[in-house]
Amino acid sequence: MTRTVLWALLSHWRRALLQLFTLIAGLALATGLWSGVQAINAEARASYDVAAATLGEGRYARIEAASGGEIALADYVALRRAGWQVSPVVQGRLGEVRLVGIEPLTAPGGIGPGAEDADIAAFLSGVGQLFGRAEALDALPALDAERVVAPDVAPGTVLTDISVAQRLLERDGVDALLVAPEQPLGRADLAEIAPDLALRLAQDGSEIGRLTDSFHLNLTAFGLLCFAVGIFIVHGAVGLAFEQRRPVLRTMRALGVPLGRLVALMVAELTGIALVAGTIGVGLGWLLAASLLPDVAATLRGLYGAEVAGGLTFRPVWWLSGLGIAVLGTALAAGAALWRIATMPLLAAGGRRAWAMADARSARWQGALALGLIGVASALALWGDGLVAGFGTLGAGLVGAALALPLLLGAVLAAAARLARGALAQWFWADTRQQLPGLSLALMALLLAMAANIGVSTMVGSFRQTFTGFLDQRLAPELYIETADDAQARTVEAFLAPRVRSVLPLASVEIEVAGLPAELNLARPDPTYPENWRFLQSVETPWVRLAAREGVLINEQLSRRAGLGLGDAVSLGPRAELPVLGIYGDYGNPVGQVIVTEALFAELHPEIVPRRFGLRLDPDEVPRIRAALIAEGVAEAAITDQAALKRFSLQVFERTFAVTAALNVLTLAVAGFAILMSLLTLAALRLPQLAPVWALGLTRRRLAALEMLRAVLLAALTTLVALPVGLALAWVLLSVVNVAAFGWRLPMALFPAAYAQLGLFALLAAALAALWPAIRLARTPPAALLGVFASER
Amino acid sequence: MLLKLRDIRKSFPGADAPVPVLRGIDLDLDEGESMALTGESGSGKSTLLHLVGGLDRPDAGRLDLDGVEVTALDDSGRAALRRGTVGMVFQQFNLIPSLNVGDNIAFQARLAGRHDAAATAALAERLGLGPHLAKYPEQLSGGQQQRTAIARTLAARPRLVLADEPTGNLDEATAEAVLDTMLELVAETGAALLMVTHSTHHAARMGRRLHLRAGRIA
Amino acid sequence: MNARILLLLSCLPGLAQAQGFAGLGGEADGFGLPARGHVLTFPADHGAHPDFRIEWWYVTANLTGPDGTPYGLQWTLFRSALAPREAAGWDSPQIWLGHAAVTTPDDHLFTQRLARGGIGQAGVTPTPFAAWIDDWRMAGPDFDALELAASGPAFAYDMTLTAQGPLVRHGEDGFSVKSGEGQASYYYSQPFFDVAGRLTLPEGPVEVTGTAWFDHEWSSQPLSDRQTGWDWFSLSFEDGTKLMGFQLRENDAAGYSYASWIAADGTTTPYVGAFEAEPLETARTDGAQVPVRWAVRLPEESVSVEVEALNAAAWNALSPPYWEGPVTVSGSHEGKGYLEITGYE
Repeated sequence: MTRTVLWALLSHWRRALLQLFTLIAGLALATGLWSGVQAINAEARASYDVAAATLGEGRYARIEAASGGEIALADYVALRRAGWQVSPVVQGRLGEVRLVGIEPLTAPGGIGPGAEDADIAAFLSGVGQLFGRAEALDALPALDAERVVAPDVAPGTVLTDISVAQRLLERDGVDALLVAPEQPLGRADLAEIAPDLALRLAQDGSEIGRLTDSFHLNLTAFGLLCFAVGIFIVHGAVGLAFEQRRPVLRTMRALGVPLGRLVALMVAELTGIALVAGTIGVGLGWLLAASLLPDVAATLRGLYGAEVAGGLTFRPVWWLSGLGIAVLGTALAAGAALWRIATMPLLAAGGRRAWAMADARSARWQGALALGLIGVASALALWGDGLVAGFGTLGAGLVGAALALPLLLGAVLAAAARLARGALAQWFWADTRQQLPGLSLALMALLLAMAANIGVSTMVGSFRQTFTGFLDQRLAPELYIETADDAQARTVEAFLAPRVRSVLPLASVEIEVAGLPAELNLARPDPTYPENWRFLQSVETPWVRLAAREGVLINEQLSRRAGLGLGDAVSLGPRAELPVLGIYGDYGNPVGQVIVTEALFAELHPEIVPRRFGLRLDPDEVPRIRAALIAEGVAEAAITDQAALKRFSLQVFERTFAVTAALNVLTLAVAGFAILMSLLTLAALRLPQLAPVWALGLTRRRLAALEMLRAVLLAALTTLVALPVGLALAWVLLSVVNVAAFGWRLPMALFPAAYAQLGLFALLAAALAALWPAIRLARTPPAALLGVFASER
Repeated sequence: MLLKLRDIRKSFPGADAPVPVLRGIDLDLDEGESMALTGESGSGKSTLLHLVGGLDRPDAGRLDLDGVEVTALDDSGRAALRRGTVGMVFQQFNLIPSLNVGDNIAFQARLAGRHDAAATAALAERLGLGPHLAKYPEQLSGGQQQRTAIARTLAARPRLVLADEPTGNLDEATAEAVLDTMLELVAETGAALLMVTHSTHHAARMGRRLHLRAGRIA
Repeated sequence: MNARILLLLSCLPGLAQAQGFAGLGGEADGFGLPARGHVLTFPADHGAHPDFRIEWWYVTANLTGPDGTPYGLQWTLFRSALAPREAAGWDSPQIWLGHAAVTTPDDHLFTQRLARGGIGQAGVTPTPFAAWIDDWRMAGPDFDALELAASGPAFAYDMTLTAQGPLVRHGEDGFSVKSGEGQASYYYSQPFFDVAGRLTLPEGPVEVTGTAWFDHEWSSQPLSDRQTGWDWFSLSFEDGTKLMGFQLRENDAAGYSYASWIAADGTTTPYVGAFEAEPLETARTDGAQVPVRWAVRLPEESVSVEVEALNAAAWNALSPPYWEGPVTVSGSHEGKGYLEITGYE
């Protein structure tokens, strides 16, 4: 019996290939978008994990020089001799590659090359060994050390013994000491042994992690929205298929098929379809991720300096999760339809209930539900707290908006019909309105797709604006140099002063502000600062007043944590209590920061001689000055061409946009597909409605043109509704979710041109979707239209 | 006795109070017998047929079919009864549109586990469906569709055939031919036949006739 | 600790041989080889010999708390050279490894340290004597009065060692043969240390006194290929005599054996092949099935004693892993001592 019934159930799809295609394609696209985004995220995260494992970033407490700069070997040995279990790390760039030197004998667990057949003697002695991925090793200049391919080293990084790294980087000291988690009894205080060094405690996530998490969270939200769009399509297709099969199901039950068996078989049927579609979807997602990953990798590298391998590894976890989400999505989409089948009385009035034809009562329900959900979303946005509330706001708001859409459109169309003059116009509006229920699911999908796109465009754009400003302010100097010691710092500054436009000394020292750890930085009065820095809040002419020692500048983190606003006093010592003149954004910095003018800094910390400098000069002069500095004895690795770095970072944003644009086009394509499928499904049902109009003298071409117009009109109305929904979405992502997740708010910017372009895409998608059904209509043989009058329907 | 009804009562929910449809029906039908159920619209003919077929349950009374107390069966028991003992012919044909004629004919026999390809083929031939087995129901005329439904019922060799105005959707000439074939075949299989009809002419061709009026046997 | 690195280190020829594992012998590769007839000179030979592949300074002590509780203490500094030279800075081919342990009747605590040579993190200088790795040290104005300290996450100790007798040269004036094939090391001891100091245990500090035994040995290829492990005994008897005896097992049978019989005045008599040690009882420790009760005999000196571990669980799960712990002696002679056994699985 099972075979007979299953055969009868499955035979439905043979006659409804289009429906099956809709179902599988919708589900596959939804799964594909979701798992593609997941794959990108998973790959990027895995890369950071490797990076963290290579360097112990964040996992271990670190000891660094309190004033920045190097730690002398003597300090390292002194700490070891005092019992401190620490291990030195030195790093620098060698061309495009980050070279990291470690001391394998003392390095805490899990750091270093993991090659099973590693030869420690070769690593430690002789010419040394360089461990890295093949690409990184290939990017190295010619060196005498042996190259060992090690896939578990972070991308773009080469790991070697500290002696080799110091030799290649021309360094004497080290950058940091990693502190092992287990320390012996009775060791002396750090301040006693090395007062110039400062201990930084291990963080839960590295600094890179904080920033990139934000990016990933937003990508995930986007993936989820794409999935929701797909699920709407699946819901439509499943609903239609089940509705069409109701009479058959009833017949089968009348012929003695038990209800339980029937429902179980339909669940099995759907699960099978979901698995097939899920497999296709995971494949699509893989392709999507593989094609976007190089861009994403570049984005993350540029944005945060986080290296992500450009290649994709096929991870069973997201493979399974892709299939799982396909099945789950199908269950979500088909749950209601299955429930209706399961509870369908055997002898209810047999006729076919028009698919999704919302009657007045269910429209009222839908309206109430939509209002309720939007209310919940607003309440959560206003009074909710935390990530869950943020995502709750997103979910409730979007579903509420989607449910409200048909009612809203219905009201608009009804108003238009009342205003319409002329029989044809009146028919057009009335007919459009009548068609609305059949199209409403597709339009909801379009709404969600548009809203997601507007939201993400706004988010990425806001990111870009914020970070461009941030980069401008932070990387304004054309060159950065770091000198080896105080003496060199003084000679180099004197050497540079007549040769460049300005020399901006940089130094920082750890202080406490209102009981919180913070770093104190200095700023030399220079036009660079007022020209480039932007403040979240500031008094009039903050830089002038700063130079006049009338106050300090603080970053957003310190402002939020210490509750400091403009004008509030910051205590920097017994005789230095100064008001806040400005608060600046300091994205990704976990620590509070205070800036004072150079003279005040020198007074507060006379022991610190700034050893780092930002140089303002004509960009054309950069190579000459660079060469001159090297001639003066500044190490080549200690000179950074930040302008080039900045240009690279800005290029990267363009690639971010490429990723976003690709995802935009894909989601709109999915929504367009939903419209196409709905129109095709409706086409057959619409013949009886169109035949009388045709009979009354409207040509088929004219009818087809009106059909196109109708689709575009509905898409346009939906786009209009999507705009505020998308902006609300962006606001929630930037101001609720981001703050809840990371503690800082990204300022939201608006991009009307981008929205207009998206709207155009949406109309284009709708027009393309309506094209085929319209052509079919235009070519419908008159006999088929005549048949409407003859048939016994 | 194949079918035995005693004091069967059934009412449906009305606007104010339940509306009684059957008010105590007694009926006996033996193997090989045929009986027409006549009566005006709303007299309870179809309801009675549904109760016998196990599609619905009476409010009161007892119904025995082939030695089984139908009124005591649960949903799955009644589904098994419909599969194995009863065959139904509907006014709307109720074919499965996605299966071809051959598969439609074999459907119930397969459900009942009594599929016999040769017998089914012979039956289809008898009903003039031989050339149409690969076609789909929508490609057939109304008479051919009903013949397919009849073949589906008889291929499963039920003990009792229930027909609900089987010719109601057919034109007169076709109706006559379809009815002839059905009566002939039912008689050949030795099954009992209970047929709802509006037509006194058709009723007259049955062995017995039961006329319902306002839920009672007139 | 970085387990992987330690694992790799344990494959280093020098360190493995230092612990008595055979099969990793290898050639001397330009390293110095011990020579018969070479005269050890002090204090210079207390220091490091970077031309030799391996070297160790080893202190074991039998201690007693105020309530009579017996304790054992181990302090070891190994040196392993990747090349027969020393250099300043990270380029030094010398690797240093420290092991420290404290054994109580119910507990065995141990830890280790690793260091690169050349940067001052670890090393040994003869005058004034100092051997150190990180904060661990054995140092004093001269070799007769030393401070001994080590610390780990769970324990620490700080001891004063005072020599009560002369240095003892094993074998032929410090040339100690290790196999029938002639592999040898330079090997001398100071078995006459008195100890006083403080143990810091998880339960709290304990003031202790007792005796300690110091060994210093260096070589480049001490073991034969066929030797699989060794059993090493340092026993101090109540009459003031002492016995250092070891057997190098070949395929788990008794192979080459040697003993130094040390009179109370330090006069030393070497015995090749006369020393016998026979396992009486084994125990399953963390790492292996090891003999923890022994019958030890040196018939020439009428020694026939039973040696039993204070705590059978004295397994150093370090790299390489081995058993090292205090023992008590009974039979023809009464006393205390230390037992080190390697190469058991």
